[in-house]
Amino acid sequence: MRLEAIDISFRYDNGNRKIINNLSMHMDKDERLGITAPSGFGKTTLCKILAGYEKPDSGAVLLDGKQLFAYKGYCPVQMVWQHPELSVNPRFRLKEVLKEGDRVEKHVIEGLGIEPDWLERYPSEVSGGELQRFCIARALGQGTRFLLADEISTMLDLITQSQIWNFLMEEITLRGIGLMVVSHSEGLLKRVCTRRINLDQLGVKQ
Amino acid sequence: MKQWNSRKTMYCFFVLSIIFLAVVTVIGYFSYDKAMVVDFSRKNLPPSFSYPFGTDWMGRDMFARTMTGISMSIMLGVLAAAVSSVIAFSLGIIGASMGKAADGFVSGLIDLVMGIPHILLLVLISFALGKGFKGVVTGIAITHWTSLARLIRGEVLQLKESQYIKIAEKLGHGKLKTAVKHMTPHLLPQVLVGFVLLFPHAILHEAGITFLGFGLPPEQPAVGIILSEGMKYLTMGSWWLALFPGLLLTIVVVLFHLVGDILGRLIDPGRIHQ
Amino acid sequence: MLEERKKILSIKNLSVSFSQYEGAFRWKNLLAIKDLSLDVKEGEMVAVVGSSGSGKSLLAHSVLGILPYNATRNGEISFYGETLTEKRMRELRGKEIVLVPQSVSYLDPLMKTGLQIRKGKKDESSRQKSLEVLKCYGLERDTENLYPFELSGGMIRRILISTAVMEQPRLVIADEPTPGLHIDIARRVLSHFREIADEGAGVLLIIHDLELAVEVADRIVVLYAGTNLEEARASDFLEENRLRHPYTRALYRAMPDNGFSAEPGTQPYAENRPDGCTYAPRCEYVQEKCLKEVEYRNFQGGMVRCIMAGGEIR
Repeated sequence: MRLEAIDISFRYDNGNRKIINNLSMHMDKDERLGITAPSGFGKTTLCKILAGYEKPDSGAVLLDGKQLFAYKGYCPVQMVWQHPELSVNPRFRLKEVLKEGDRVEKHVIEGLGIEPDWLERYPSEVSGGELQRFCIARALGQGTRFLLADEISTMLDLITQSQIWNFLMEEITLRGIGLMVVSHSEGLLKRVCTRRINLDQLGVKQ
Repeated sequence: MKQWNSRKTMYCFFVLSIIFLAVVTVIGYFSYDKAMVVDFSRKNLPPSFSYPFGTDWMGRDMFARTMTGISMSIMLGVLAAAVSSVIAFSLGIIGASMGKAADGFVSGLIDLVMGIPHILLLVLISFALGKGFKGVVTGIAITHWTSLARLIRGEVLQLKESQYIKIAEKLGHGKLKTAVKHMTPHLLPQVLVGFVLLFPHAILHEAGITFLGFGLPPEQPAVGIILSEGMKYLTMGSWWLALFPGLLLTIVVVLFHLVGDILGRLIDPGRIHQ
Repeated sequence: MLEERKKILSIKNLSVSFSQYEGAFRWKNLLAIKDLSLDVKEGEMVAVVGSSGSGKSLLAHSVLGILPYNATRNGEISFYGETLTEKRMRELRGKEIVLVPQSVSYLDPLMKTGLQIRKGKKDESSRQKSLEVLKCYGLERDTENLYPFELSGGMIRRILISTAVMEQPRLVIADEPTPGLHIDIARRVLSHFREIADEGAGVLLIIHDLELAVEVADRIVVLYAGTNLEEARASDFLEENRLRHPYTRALYRAMPDNGFSAEPGTQPYAENRPDGCTYAPRCEYVQEKCLKEVEYRNFQGGMVRCIMAGGEIR
């Protein structure tokens, strides 16, 4: 299975600044791809396009040769965002957050170190690191084929960071999920990724 | 830890207010017949033990009349406020989630209704529907939904842009499921508080237009009628005819307002530890 | 080596507790910070490092006297040897002690940045001074005519710092100045704080990113579950066995360059914080003595709250 971006360009409605300019890239399901770029390059925007949150102005995103937005229902490309506190409904208990996902397996929940007594809490009652574990678990439902991680551990302490990444690497290898990692941390990318690209050398323009 | 605190005080106040309002409603409901009895042998009596609010120029028991009037106002208020909230909720959601055309229509409607002075619109509607209970309820219901509808529309627009709603879509949840599961928990408290705060408005407007003669029919013991009749006798020294009904009306309105306010505070997570 | 310098800020046995409602009616007292001590000397940059929930922001708020309404503070905070009362904090706040807040929301969106930097003063000397400050942070002259929404994240942080240093404070408290910034810009922002310290003021840096803190600060205070477990020189983080506490060592080993190993477990919440050492439930060296109060003591040029610190743990 392969996720491809073919010659995509993108700009936001409210500005004439072009964020992505004729970019092409691809990744396979057994890859762990690391993305780096200088400040102001549209890394988050790229993730949003690849996960189907935004449609590119031109070009196409293909999953297995088929247009990504032609997949209805659960999107096989899931994205985990940088700020977990914005990614969960503040009025949901955390167990309901897990239920939002596609039949998230018990070993994922346990593997991420989610403790049973957190499930009854509301998002504001746990720390950012704990909340991010829920966001990751939710994105690792049965239908997930690719996982895009946009700076998911910048806000976390080192131990939580390595707990999460060690689990993620094991889990995606086991299930054959492709992983894309956006991070500024050289050390982290070196540890996690099998291939690296620098957006600076591709068609992403400020 | 068993200790008195301000939150408990709020709860007590809340419960007591509701009990008070309920009791007034029930007493009023059952003293309707008593309120209609005319007895010229006891006319124009000042307040006493047997007639705590005195009697009027036809010897009618003012306590019974006031209670009946207030109770009718409350029931009318509940009905009008409920209808109003439902209109506001539906229009707010439709406006925000059914595309540009629907939004334009709803916003236009809100501006239109808000643009007309609402006492005027109320009088017109009530008059057109032949006055009476139906006229008043309809009038109040279709003039009072605007600000709540605007609030809800704004809230839905904001929610639609939030990250977690977009994530829910990508997790394969349909539009309807997202609206019901994700949005209602945010909107319900607003609607509830809006509903309670509509009460005092509804009651005051009912009393207002009845006082002006466009509301409930004159034979009804309604607060507006009691007050307008009482006014004629004020100069003759029968102060109790207007004072007690007026005072009770004020108390009821203030209580509803406080109930709404407390409710808002109790369910506002930002002030949860106050 | 910094002994002869004057102490600007000294915090002794600080504790902060919250009274809050549990469910609808029950009052509960929650100890968020427990027995925390540290000091900042002239020309020194002290980083307070901890994950979210460790109490590091509360520490900053206690020094400034801006704790939330339901919090109570105990212990002693002094500024140049003088005990800080709430009243004194109010007098010093914004003049001698300044906070560099973490987000944009602290800037007035309707006011040009130049005017915000000089706090609304319009005279020529303030203007000259504000232009100098802008220049010194590598911002263009005409930045003063821009509104906050026209600035990037890195520029906003620099504006916030400019606003703070206009008053030439003795103590600068920086509350998480880096999240959301690209790493190069984050480094640049931190280097500005380093300059402030090098010019003689004290800087208390509240930060969650240990790797960045080590690059820039003189001393690192490690917070965990509301109390400090260790105070180390930044250079101690070059080698695992120079660190004193098992938790700090676990942090060291979790760095991607130092093994990326993941110690299991999570930081306990304030309501179920253990009585003795807060790290005891996760610590591999835990003994019976760890379950009672553990003293915060001097150890090998730093401080540690562990009964068997340093060389004995491997």
